[in-house]
Amino acid sequence: MKRRRFIQQTSIASSVIGLGSLGLVKAMNSDKNFDKHITILHTNDVHSHLESFPSNHSKFANRGGAARRKYYFDQVKAENQNTLILDAGDSFQGTPFFNFYGGELEFKVMSKLGYHASTVGNHEFDNGIDNIAAQLEHANFDMLSANYNFKNTLLDGLVKPHQIFEIDNVKIGVFGLGIQLEGLVSKGLYKETEYLDPVEIAQDQVKFLKKQEECDLVICLSHLGYSYKNEKIDDLKLAEKTSGIDLIVGGHTHTFLEKPTIVKNVEDKNVLVNQVGWAGVNVGRIDFFLNQSKENNSEANLIRV
Amino acid sequence: MINFKNSIFFLLVFSTLTGCKNKEDSKNLSLIEASSSVQPIDKELKEDEDIKNFILPYAQKIDQEMNEVISYTEKSMFKTDSKLNTPIGNMMADAVFERISPIAQKKFSVELDGVLLNYGGIRSGISEGNITVKTAYDIMPFENEVVIVELTYEKMEALFDYLAKAQVAHPISGIELEIDSLAEIINKKINSKDLEKGKTYHIATSDYLLKGGDQMNFFLDHKKVYTTDYKLRNLFIDYFKSKDQIDPKKDHRFIKN
Repeated sequence: MKRRRFIQQTSIASSVIGLGSLGLVKAMNSDKNFDKHITILHTNDVHSHLESFPSNHSKFANRGGAARRKYYFDQVKAENQNTLILDAGDSFQGTPFFNFYGGELEFKVMSKLGYHASTVGNHEFDNGIDNIAAQLEHANFDMLSANYNFKNTLLDGLVKPHQIFEIDNVKIGVFGLGIQLEGLVSKGLYKETEYLDPVEIAQDQVKFLKKQEECDLVICLSHLGYSYKNEKIDDLKLAEKTSGIDLIVGGHTHTFLEKPTIVKNVEDKNVLVNQVGWAGVNVGRIDFFLNQSKENNSEANLIRV
Repeated sequence: MINFKNSIFFLLVFSTLTGCKNKEDSKNLSLIEASSSVQPIDKELKEDEDIKNFILPYAQKIDQEMNEVISYTEKSMFKTDSKLNTPIGNMMADAVFERISPIAQKKFSVELDGVLLNYGGIRSGISEGNITVKTAYDIMPFENEVVIVELTYEKMEALFDYLAKAQVAHPISGIELEIDSLAEIINKKINSKDLEKGKTYHIATSDYLLKGGDQMNFFLDHKKVYTTDYKLRNLFIDYFKSKDQIDPKKDHRFIKN
């Protein structure tokens, strides 16, 4: 069965459809002519920070907050309606909103903000795997994880390995990857969840999304962590050891990157690895520009911004 | 307007992506360029009214509950107040002993011998004045639950050795330990008695330490575990509610000569 979701069918997009992205892109890049412009907005490790930090906070005074994040999302969508909003997990745990309401508010707010997809972080398990299943009722976005086998849990069927978003005729395949749970989360919380090798699973996902589904872009939502000094798998190693991934939206290590790290994959092609701290103090934005070409073998283009 | 001040544009050379021969419009899209920026979410951005109004009633209800005064302390207390044992740590371990001992008896028909938590698990100090529900969230933000662990004589020895070696003010109750300047154990007692070979002991701790957190590996090799389904935070809330005032002190439960 093909899993596809057409952005054009969503209520948010339908109100602006017809404007055509081309004109907007042209306006932004007046000397160039891109056929397609896709904007990715992303967060990670928001950890129940629905409100801004207090004004007396030592590090993040007045930063964050879902209401301001929504305002920014709307600004970007007004500029380019071909926008995909993603999160890399750990939306749960960190403020009393989670302690009191168990994740219901986090998922409701993410839905209201127009998120398209998120992945399962380790803290999603904090009130047990059955709680994730219960709270997903409030999620109007896709929860994606390809390397957790949930077959013998309540999440079976509720969490999909990937989702294909078709935006302005650009096919974007998004899949999720989660961190090894053993030693990090109590077994009693994750129950019969089986952790599978992220590199192997990523290759399987790419093969399906790129070869079979012919996606134009492949994005991995990863809660593996940005970088570890030891052998533990991380986003940089994942990018290096695989092929076909264009962007890894990362989380878990609460890493503040000023810009995405560019990693060469096994085919010597560029992979972007990004992560924007935590608690919603920042939102990451990546703009992809694509051109149609008649031939199937056009070499890499070099375009100045 | 979109804030592009913080934009970092960079040049990327992407190789052509896999073609899409079979697509209906037979288009063939190539990723030719990408740019990125980080948007700080701060006061420069307006607040979306719908989201603000959606969150507000929940925040107000939480504030109301969090600000409920449930006890009082004349003195502030921090885990750094003293070495080996502290007022705040003693209060926390004694609170666990007081609330878990009856559960151990009634629910599991065992006698609770002692409590061991971890120093790192004291996540905040307590300021002088009113103690509120928020105080309990501050000192224990995590969801960990109390477990009662049955340990053999040998594992109890390992527990005492661990404490003697670490010389950290891990919260303990029912456990007494005296060491010399070389960290040799001079005296140790459990529930006011000497350890007896062949006997087993029941120690209350958190499910985090049961998994070997803080290298408390003696908990991994337990004879039996009784789960209480009692969150540490809720235990502290109930403890505070049962006292008009708390006045914990440093004492002689763990000393070094």
